[in-house]
Amino acid sequence: MHTLEPILAKHPFFEGLDKRYLELLTGCASNVAFKPDTLVFREGEDAKQFFILREGAIAIEIFVPGQGNVTIQTVEEGDIVGWSWLFPPYRWMFSGRVLQPVRAIALDGECLRKKCEEDHSLGYEFFKRFSHLLVERLQATRLQLLDLYSIH
Amino acid sequence: MLTPAVQPPAARLYDPMLPSLHRVEYARWDTDDTFSLELARVDGATIPPFEPGQFNMLYVYGVGEIPISISGDPARRDLLVHTTRAVGTVTRAMSTLKVGDSLGVRGPFGTTWPVDAARGRDVVIVAGGIGLAPLRPAMYRILAHREHYNRVVLLYGARTPGDVLYRKELEQWRAHFDLDVFVTVDRATGSWRGSVGLVTSLIGRAPFDPLNTAAMVCGPEVMMRFTAAELEKRGVKGDLIYVSMERNMKCAIGLCGHCQYGPFFICKDGPVFPYRRVQHLLSKWEI
Repeated sequence: MHTLEPILAKHPFFEGLDKRYLELLTGCASNVAFKPDTLVFREGEDAKQFFILREGAIAIEIFVPGQGNVTIQTVEEGDIVGWSWLFPPYRWMFSGRVLQPVRAIALDGECLRKKCEEDHSLGYEFFKRFSHLLVERLQATRLQLLDLYSIH
Repeated sequence: MLTPAVQPPAARLYDPMLPSLHRVEYARWDTDDTFSLELARVDGATIPPFEPGQFNMLYVYGVGEIPISISGDPARRDLLVHTTRAVGTVTRAMSTLKVGDSLGVRGPFGTTWPVDAARGRDVVIVAGGIGLAPLRPAMYRILAHREHYNRVVLLYGARTPGDVLYRKELEQWRAHFDLDVFVTVDRATGSWRGSVGLVTSLIGRAPFDPLNTAAMVCGPEVMMRFTAAELEKRGVKGDLIYVSMERNMKCAIGLCGHCQYGPFFICKDGPVFPYRRVQHLLSKWEI
C-alpha cells in the first residue's frame, strides 16, 4: 500500500527524523486539495490541522474592519502552514485563502499532540522543528515591521 | 571570487570633475515617489560607455549634486537613464525637471556588477525597492548575451504593489521562457494576488544551482545582509555574492572622503563590492 511516508521523508521539515517517528506521523497525515478562493481555515475556528503545501499558494489573511481581508503573507509549494493547533485554545488566528489550486498533506493536530504526549522524544523532535519554523517567521515579521523600503 | 570589474578605460578620458551638459529627453513617474529621466548630451555626442552597477553625479543647477546609479541599457549610447526617488532637496528639484530642461552629469564612476565574469554560471539577481534600478543594466546585459549564462533568476521585493518598479518590464521579463522572475511585496493592497512576504523568502524556492551561482544584491543594507545570509544558507559561496553599497558621495573619485566606509571609499572601491569584502562592516554600528 502506498503511504505518504516517502513524501514526508523528502520534506526538509522532516529531514533526519527517525524512520520510526516518521511512520508514527504518517498515521496522522492525509492528502487534501483545495480550489481557488476556498478558505482552507478561518480565523476563530478550531485549528485541527497543519498543512505541508505540495503545490499551489495560500494567502494568510486577517479581517480588518473597514479594510476587509488583508493578506499578511503568502505561502507556497514546500511551505508549512499553521501552528494554532499546537497551543490552546487551538483556534486559527488568521484565515487561509487559496490563491492557486492547492495540493497538500494535512497533519491532524490532535493525533500529533497525542503521539507527542505518549513519546516525549518524538515530541521534542517535533517541537524543535516547529520552534525553528516559528523563529524564522518571527524574524521575517520583524524585518517586515522595519518597513525597509519606505522613506526614512 | 569573481574578479571585480574596474572603471572602463574610456571613462578616464573625461575630466572627472567637469559636468557635461545634458538635456532631459523624457521624464516619467514610475511610482508615486520614484521617477526616471532619460538624458541626452546637449552637444549631440554619444554618452560615455558605462558598465552595469556604475553611477553618475547628477547636478541640478543652483540646487546641488548627488550620485545616482545608471539604470538604462549599457548597449545604448544615445540616452542615459536614471531612476531615483524624490526624497531630498536635489531629487525633489530633479523630479520637477521637464523635457528640454538641462542638468549636469559627471561620470560614470565606480565598480561594476560581475556580469561578464558570471558567464557559465547561474545568475541570481536580488533587488529590494529601488535597488532594482542599479541592477537593471545588469539584466539588460545578461539578456543581450543570454546564451552565456545558465539559469537566470530575478527576485524582487517591493513595499506594496503600487511600489513595484518597472512593472511592464518585469511582466515582459516574466514572459521569457529562459528567465525566472519572482516578485513579492511586504504589504498587499488592492487586488494583488501575488506573493506577500520578504524578498528573502523567495530564495529558498528559487530554481538555481547554489554551487554554481553568482548573486548580485541591491537594496537597503539590512535587506542585503539578510539576503546574503539566506543565499549562503542555500549554499551560494560568499565570495560569489555581490552587493551595492551607498554612502554620501561628493567628489566621486576617492579624494574628499565623504563616502568613507571603513577602509574603503564607496565611490572608488565600490559601489559594488564582493560581499566577503564588506561583510564584517555591515554589522558595525560605528561605520
